Amino acid sequence: MKQVLDFEKPVIELRGKIEELKKLTQESEMDLSEEIETLEQRLEKLEEDVYDRLTPWNRVQMARHPERPTTLDYIHSIFTDFMELHGDRLYGDDEAIVAGIAKYKNQPVTVIGHQRGKDTKENLRRNFGMPHPEGYRKALRLMKQADKFNRPIVCFIDTKGAYPGKAAEERGQSEAIARNLMEMAGLTVPVVCIVIGEGGSGGALALGVGDHIHMLENSTYSVISPEGAAALLWKDSNLAQNAAETMKITSYDLKELGIVDKVIPEIRGGAHRDIKGQAKKIDQVLQESLEGLKSLSKEELLETRWEKYKKIGDYTTLPL
Amino acid sequence: MLRDIFNKKRKYASLPNQEGKQDVPEGLMQKCPGCNKIYYRKELERNLNVCPHCDYHHQQNAYERLESLLEKDSFEEWDRYMVSTNPLGFPEYEEKLEKDRKKSGLNEAVITGKGKIRGYETAIAVMDARFRMGSMGAVVGEKIANAIEQARKEKIPFIIFTASGGARMQEGVISLMQMTKTSVAIQRLHAEGGLMISVMTHPTTGGVSASFASLGDFNFAEPGALIGFAGRRIIEQTIREKLPEDFQTAEFLLKHGQLDDVVHRHDLKNKLETILSIHQPGGELS
Repeated sequence: MKQVLDFEKPVIELRGKIEELKKLTQESEMDLSEEIETLEQRLEKLEEDVYDRLTPWNRVQMARHPERPTTLDYIHSIFTDFMELHGDRLYGDDEAIVAGIAKYKNQPVTVIGHQRGKDTKENLRRNFGMPHPEGYRKALRLMKQADKFNRPIVCFIDTKGAYPGKAAEERGQSEAIARNLMEMAGLTVPVVCIVIGEGGSGGALALGVGDHIHMLENSTYSVISPEGAAALLWKDSNLAQNAAETMKITSYDLKELGIVDKVIPEIRGGAHRDIKGQAKKIDQVLQESLEGLKSLSKEELLETRWEKYKKIGDYTTLPL
Repeated sequence: MLRDIFNKKRKYASLPNQEGKQDVPEGLMQKCPGCNKIYYRKELERNLNVCPHCDYHHQQNAYERLESLLEKDSFEEWDRYMVSTNPLGFPEYEEKLEKDRKKSGLNEAVITGKGKIRGYETAIAVMDARFRMGSMGAVVGEKIANAIEQARKEKIPFIIFTASGGARMQEGVISLMQMTKTSVAIQRLHAEGGLMISVMTHPTTGGVSASFASLGDFNFAEPGALIGFAGRRIIEQTIREKLPEDFQTAEFLLKHGQLDDVVHRHDLKNKLETILSIHQPGGELS
């Protein structure tokens, strides 16, 4: 049984009714094809109404859908010969981040991403996709390796944030994130980042200093969760839905703010309805990105990366 | 996350403009949160805002910091009138900025420029927690990135004093991206052999701690400063246990290998001078 989000209930109910009628037609002598056809037209219309007009909060719900495809789902659909590599060589292996080498259309790449679980057991193992410093340091180790062997890096971003824990602070969560930001800035290979679910604050950013940043249509990228923002700004976490709008966290918002390069359209009803189909859409954008970046020299790559980030954020001058 | 840091009662935490009862006349006298002794503000100021009895480090504002470090009249300020455009159209944000401008006399939460520390010309950025808790939005990010770039171009060292609750909520994901902007600037500085010194003062948390504050060739902190990524209350709620009293203090970070040293404010200028002299082309003042 697929998990149903509150706003899509009418669609699911109608779809169920149609199934029922179809079954009834098969089992009995009654001819209900006309009724079914009418209902299917209505379903089509209803799906449009619901899914083509998602509110920011609906998109947050989509991004958090328990069945939403994860980094590993996409890795297995988009790349070949993926080999996972473990450990930061300093402390341990953080399973909230997966990383390894692979081939993309026969070209070598390094792939790195946050990894959530799809059930409780896997989520415990993966710490709900919330990394510790060793996760970021593993990612950095393998980015440096990619730099050495001159292969592009693809990062999938999907985390609520870096883990807020005692051990994480003791081992330098801040330093690990900061170092990744700085070191990624200096990589002389193309880096393409794709936000596939939640892009939560510094914990997302630490894999996010790309030459191109793309977002799945129903993913989010924000400085704080809508619940956190509501609690902080209005002292009421129940106002999360408002915060989701005010904070401008959807793919379309980020495109408008000039932070994101492309919004990758989603399968109607969400990426989880068709992982292969969604992977294909990602694949197209990724291919274009890597093709475009291939022509840049190392110097041009560094310079355009700096220009990309330097221009984010408007300011003005006080009248004297 | 941000507010957590400021609301809890901690041995080392104190902020100016705290509301609540004051048993000493405001302005003239000051009660030390470290040892509860009461003394004249003037006496405190003469001592670089360090308690003469218990060494508690009161916050220094940006002007006090610059005055205490730089040679007289050597400071040239950059981007002084740069202000926010309220990029998300966030409700009541402009009023809040205006209020803080009036209250602090600052236009934003950081002052940048260049000046001389005992003869050594250096680019310097000083954050001030009185302005929006020192939080980083587009203007703070831009000013800091500009100062780093200027240091790179002029081939002078870059020194930053951090005091910040982290990213500025009212500028959302744009403030998040300032972490990247400043870090890319620092990468360019380091790539050309530029020197950067970071001095973390109370408080340095969230997105500031997780970007430029941690990226110096030398990372120092003032005694008792609160430094960390996540807020204490968030961590306590997540791991469901009480955290030790010294958690996320400068001393805690030093113990866990996260800092080069904790430096008493009275020793700071000497230490900076030593580092600057060691990093001069000839090893001494040229």
